[in-house]
Amino acid sequence: MKERLQELQTEALAKVTESSTLSDLQDIRVAYLGKKGPITEVLRGMGKLSPEERPVIGELANKVREAIANELDSKKAKLEAEELEKKLEKETIDVTLPGRPVQVGGPHLLTSIVEEIEDLFIGMGFEIREGPEVETDYYNFEALNLPKGHPARDMQDSFYITEELLMRTHTSPVQARTMGQFNGSQPVKMICPGKVYRRDTDDATHSHQFTQVEGLYVDKDVRMSDLKGVLNRFAKQMFGEDREIRLRPSFFPFTEPSVEMDISCKVCNGEGCSVCKGTGWIEILGGGMVHPRVLEMAGYDPKEYSGFAFGMGPERIAMLKYGVDDIRHFYTNDVRFLKQYHKA
Amino acid sequence: MFVSLNWLKNYVDIGNITPEELAEKITKTGIEVEGIEYVADKSSNVVVGYVKECEKHPNADKLNLCQVDVGEEVLQIICGAPNIAQGQKVAVAKPGAVLPGNFKIKKAKLRGVESNGMICSLQELGIEEKFVPKEVADGIFVFPNDVEIGSDALSLLNLDDAILELGLTPNRSDALSMLGVAYEVAAILDVPINLPDENVEQVADKADQFVDVKVEATGLNPYYGAFVVQDIKVGPSPLWMRNYLIAAGIRPINNVVDITNYVLLEYGQPLHAFDYDKFGSKEIVVRRAQDGETMTTLDDQERTLKSDHLVITNGHEVTALAGVMGGANSEVSETTTTVLLEAAYFNPAAVRTASKDHGLRSESSTRFEKGVDPDRVKRAGLRACHLLSKYANGKVLTGVVELDELDRSEKQVSITTSRINDRLGTDISNDEIVDILRKLNFTFTQEEESFTISVPTRRQDITIFEDMVEEVARIYGYDNLPFTLPQGASQAGGLTKLQQLKRDIKQFFESVGLMETITYSLTTKERAELLVSPEVKQDAVTPVSLSMPMSEEHSTLRLSILPELLSSVAYNVARKQADLGYYEVGTVFISDEEQVTKQPKEKLRASGAITGDWLVHPWQQEKKQVDFYVVKGIVEALFDTLNLSVIYKQAKVDGMHPGRTAQVLIGEKLIGFIGQLHPSVQKDFDLKDTYVFDLDLDYIFHVHENEPSFEKIARFPSTSRDIALVVNEQVNAGEVQATIQQAGGDLIKEIMVFDVYQGEHLEAGKKSLAFSLLYLDPTRTLTDEEVEESYQKILEAVKERHQAVLRG
Repeated sequence: MKERLQELQTEALAKVTESSTLSDLQDIRVAYLGKKGPITEVLRGMGKLSPEERPVIGELANKVREAIANELDSKKAKLEAEELEKKLEKETIDVTLPGRPVQVGGPHLLTSIVEEIEDLFIGMGFEIREGPEVETDYYNFEALNLPKGHPARDMQDSFYITEELLMRTHTSPVQARTMGQFNGSQPVKMICPGKVYRRDTDDATHSHQFTQVEGLYVDKDVRMSDLKGVLNRFAKQMFGEDREIRLRPSFFPFTEPSVEMDISCKVCNGEGCSVCKGTGWIEILGGGMVHPRVLEMAGYDPKEYSGFAFGMGPERIAMLKYGVDDIRHFYTNDVRFLKQYHKA
Repeated sequence: MFVSLNWLKNYVDIGNITPEELAEKITKTGIEVEGIEYVADKSSNVVVGYVKECEKHPNADKLNLCQVDVGEEVLQIICGAPNIAQGQKVAVAKPGAVLPGNFKIKKAKLRGVESNGMICSLQELGIEEKFVPKEVADGIFVFPNDVEIGSDALSLLNLDDAILELGLTPNRSDALSMLGVAYEVAAILDVPINLPDENVEQVADKADQFVDVKVEATGLNPYYGAFVVQDIKVGPSPLWMRNYLIAAGIRPINNVVDITNYVLLEYGQPLHAFDYDKFGSKEIVVRRAQDGETMTTLDDQERTLKSDHLVITNGHEVTALAGVMGGANSEVSETTTTVLLEAAYFNPAAVRTASKDHGLRSESSTRFEKGVDPDRVKRAGLRACHLLSKYANGKVLTGVVELDELDRSEKQVSITTSRINDRLGTDISNDEIVDILRKLNFTFTQEEESFTISVPTRRQDITIFEDMVEEVARIYGYDNLPFTLPQGASQAGGLTKLQQLKRDIKQFFESVGLMETITYSLTTKERAELLVSPEVKQDAVTPVSLSMPMSEEHSTLRLSILPELLSSVAYNVARKQADLGYYEVGTVFISDEEQVTKQPKEKLRASGAITGDWLVHPWQQEKKQVDFYVVKGIVEALFDTLNLSVIYKQAKVDGMHPGRTAQVLIGEKLIGFIGQLHPSVQKDFDLKDTYVFDLDLDYIFHVHENEPSFEKIARFPSTSRDIALVVNEQVNAGEVQATIQQAGGDLIKEIMVFDVYQGEHLEAGKKSLAFSLLYLDPTRTLTDEEVEESYQKILEAVKERHQAVLRG
């Protein structure tokens, strides 16, 4: 009986080794380990054995069963793994084909620039204020020390709607409105971005509509050196730490002293090139110390308060920063233009 | 203002500084030098030659054969100029010379005869045609007899000059004169200034016997001075004067006119010379013009005057438009022998009005408009008399006939060193202030750190403390100011909730694939009224228009962003960019007045337009054109993000497809629309099917709950039920959905349409709508009975309201 069992084991293991499909394995399992299989048969004949022999044969029979079952299991796992591999092999795709395009939108370049400026000044404790694009003559001009008939009104020929209403020519009226609202009661630290309008024929460098960001800081003891410090910080963050700034005297009716700010040319590093017209400097913005008349008209006592103001053009900044060569690009909305600036 | 450096050197010694260095210093001190022009940088080797002989070329009628003495040698030169003659002194470009345009002069043979150089016209030497005196415009230039043979012709013609172009800000009209620039340069370089000679040797006769001055409009003309100069010989002005005028951009005419122009540039004081004999009377009357009065100006234009204009008359006839242009009747000509010279102060506003009304902006009017230096008015007259006697043989009569109410007082401005330092953030000493005032040529009194400055009348721009702060700062040097940061109490800057929300909404649109545009607010009248959302239309009586637009294209303020946005879309489509998704956030302008008198309401709106294919994946043959539900999906997702519930109602909006447009409402409030453009509008813009949205952002801001509250994640299971209903095809899904929600009550958390069917399996005119309902109570598990009960209520309600039956 012992021999028979060992014979069965050898025979079954050989069949498992030979088998190559899962169904072969199942057949072997049924044939050898099933209820009608030869091992069960052997066990049935155990009654004929002596009591000493019974446990020995019983143990052997269980071992044989176990050995066959283990071999079947491991062969099954192997075959299953092979089968899965074959299946996955068949599922191979061309990973070099293009993916499904996703609609990607993005902000307009001017918005990006304006938000960058906003965030930069927010970091220096400024608030953002907005105001109407159709302004009264009072806020657009008079409150900014530009009375009717003032020669400097020539500088900004305007789109009037009535004698008293016009498209604002700068965002400074927002400053006048904000100061007027506080009426001398508290410091003002704000920037005002927005659309402005001037009577210009649209060409590569002029646009009847454009964007401005103006800033105002009014408090006790504000100094011109503060203006220089704040603008320097702005310029370095906006254009790079290696840029230098320089202030030049200028004229605006609403500031005195007035300044224009240049930054050192990035193209030639101040050596002089065609971009900076050989000067090494590029004009970026204008500003100055708030004119006492402006403070006074808004209810601030110029003996107690002083302040600085500045204004810049995001179009110009974008043109310098990204080399945009025609201001009309900002308003034509050519998708090939818009898309270029979504990558930054 | 063009500043010839050679001319400037007459007043200040600029030393060895290069034009570039000087320009840099002037710019940094406050007057921007916009350019430096070298009159003739490419010329060389051009000398004065004496035409010893001049005869016809043996082989050519129009050419002359000249023997020209150029000092060291005599050159044979062939010349084609009609005005060449023996005895002239001319500009000779010797062989080896280079003329502007890199034109090299070589020995040559012309029609068989040798020519060793070229006799030059002014144009050939690089002077612009418009500055060349008429008499030599068609030929060579002839020097006065006193020039030395062989000397450098370029220097004699001032062609070695450099000209600075100043960009003057409106406050610095003092630099509209050579003297003003000289004061500025003297301050910058710290050098003294030499003033021009105003001495006049007067003859015995008195001017007041020849002319009388009467000013009727004294408010507009506080000073009028008349000089009389006899025995004038009109002819060319001296070469140097002609050169300076050309450098300044003025064409030389004759000595009398040139002298008035020269003094205008030198002093910044416009003068006018009348021909005394043609003046028509012995009386000058200055008055306002009469409305409708006419005169003929020097340019032979007849002009109709208004009472705003100031005129010079001879008592009965207008002889000049004051400060703008003289009259043709009394113009100085070749035959003039007695000159009546006017030096006056005219009111800036009066001159501006006249110059504007007549479109005449002259060197004269630009100076009067800005206000001339009261101290120089009469002095300029004297200076001109000096020059007339010196260069036009003039005999100046004694005295000036004048009317003088001009205020020449100097403004007093007080400063203290500490106030200056407080304002600038500097540490300037008293001595430095003294030094700065000295450089500026300002007189002042000092008491320790207090200064009282008498501002010279040439600096009309300085009237208050702050003006002096600027003067001190600019001479001290803006570069020398320190960098500081504000010392006041710091505040936290930041965006307001609405500013943040606006950014968030824009970012939302970008995240779903739309690109931001910025279009013009000013559009055409037609476009301003196109695609206006009904709630805007209700408030806007008429679009707001500019009173004087530059073009119809940008004449009217928009009531909707869409028309200009669509025009941008069309621009791209025309350039083969057919698939686009654009949005814009911007203002529209709503006025409730027929005739605008007050500021229109400015409403922030968000609009978008999508055209072409929205989903494309070529190699998978996937392509889906934009449709209504793409746009609606975007708008739904926006409101979902904002946690706002909105209602969509089938509606008709002008310019939109009548069957594919929905109004958007929050509660009862209309806030915009979405849908497809009307085919006729699409055609007008040359667009294929295009879908748009237009929403009132201001209202959305208004109702938006800023803080989203945390909603607990449900711990209890939800139950879902599907319901398929058959209704008439006119019934809208939205209405049925609303009924379901209402009937089903709070337990229904979500209703989703998952199928819409119309076709052979249904009766004609019917459609089936299938909804999936999600039941949920966050506090417990729902029972089947509860759900069933709700379901039955829904069935009853939809049956009653929409005649809907359960699809079998």
